[in-house]
Amino acid sequence: MSIFGWMNDQFLRMTWLNDLVGQGVAGIGLDPASRLGGSVQFFVYDVVKIFLLLSVLIFAISYVRSHFPPERTRAILGGRSGLGANVLAALLGTLTPFCSCSSIPLFIGFTAAGLPLAITFSFLISSPLVDLASVILLASIFNWPIALAYVAVGLVVAVIGGTVIGKLGMENQVADFVRTVPVSGNVETMARTQRLAYARDQVIEIIHRVWLYVLIGVGIGAAIHNWIPQDTITALLGQDKWWAVPLATAVGIPMYADIFGTLPIAEALVGKGVGLGTVLAFMMAVTALSLPSMIMLKRVVRMPLLLTFICVVSAGILTIGFAFNEITHWFI
Amino acid sequence: MIIKILGSGCKKCVTLGENAKAAAAAAGKAAEIVKVTDIAQIAAYGVMSTPGLVVDEKVVSTGKVLSAEEIGKLL
Repeated sequence: MSIFGWMNDQFLRMTWLNDLVGQGVAGIGLDPASRLGGSVQFFVYDVVKIFLLLSVLIFAISYVRSHFPPERTRAILGGRSGLGANVLAALLGTLTPFCSCSSIPLFIGFTAAGLPLAITFSFLISSPLVDLASVILLASIFNWPIALAYVAVGLVVAVIGGTVIGKLGMENQVADFVRTVPVSGNVETMARTQRLAYARDQVIEIIHRVWLYVLIGVGIGAAIHNWIPQDTITALLGQDKWWAVPLATAVGIPMYADIFGTLPIAEALVGKGVGLGTVLAFMMAVTALSLPSMIMLKRVVRMPLLLTFICVVSAGILTIGFAFNEITHWFI
Repeated sequence: MIIKILGSGCKKCVTLGENAKAAAAAAGKAAEIVKVTDIAQIAAYGVMSTPGLVVDEKVVSTGKVLSAEEIGKLL
């Protein structure tokens, strides 16, 4: 086995952990091949793995992110336009907070500074959808081609979505107060020790915020993995069902969860033979669109723009879902 | 003095509010702590990352939960 493959298995996929948990499960008298034993193994292994990876990843990413406070991001994007600016906005979106709820002050700050809606929305779509931690977790749970494909399509949705919204000329659909917000230009700089402390605080804060979602997600994943018959899942969401992708998207949109909570569910669904596109559509719908974030967004944009945003993103997710179901065999 | 905590009611804002209260008490200053949760009002301060700390209508910190000692230096 190549060195890369070995490191991937040990550090990302943590195959040793799965073996260890399997032995532990057997040690307390449960058969890992049985339903109950299998559920316990899936649950413990996934929870430990996700929290280990999350802690390391959030620390590393927060350190990088401390170089890109919103004020700096805005300064980088200011005065740009065109497709290149959309791509840049989508890329910068991958570096920003994990939570869609922090996007609203950013939206206000960007718009007040005169950034076009096209760029702001590219940023706003990519920010919850794609982040570096989710990419590495995807690589851990599935494989690198799927992780990279997810990033690529997430960025494409963000760029196209932003561009379309920009072309519709809806600049007048932003709440009036947004335009009158003062724009402060000062960017706070941090020393290295401050960055390390910031990264540490982010780990504590984010784990604190997502742990329940992760446990629920892994719980549902374990249930799907061991208790729900494959026939039931494929009858509902099988690759031959035209409604699988729309159903997964519709179920995912109102849900609010971090991507870390949806990954174990995705893992279990793929294990049951659900198409990759269906699973990706579900994950994207959960993270990019949620009721709480829409309610927040409603405060700063008018209804037509909000509906356009929802439609454009949903259309992007559906397209990706259908497309990936056609090419699932490339990846698995 | 009036200390405002800008944030949509998250846990960080609560902690920052408590720290600010402690800092004012330690500095022996009478301070009124006001929580600003309305997104429009938060935005009106030009703050893009919460929680924000405003002392007498001046934004002194954004996106950070400062400790009581750190706030003490700003008062």
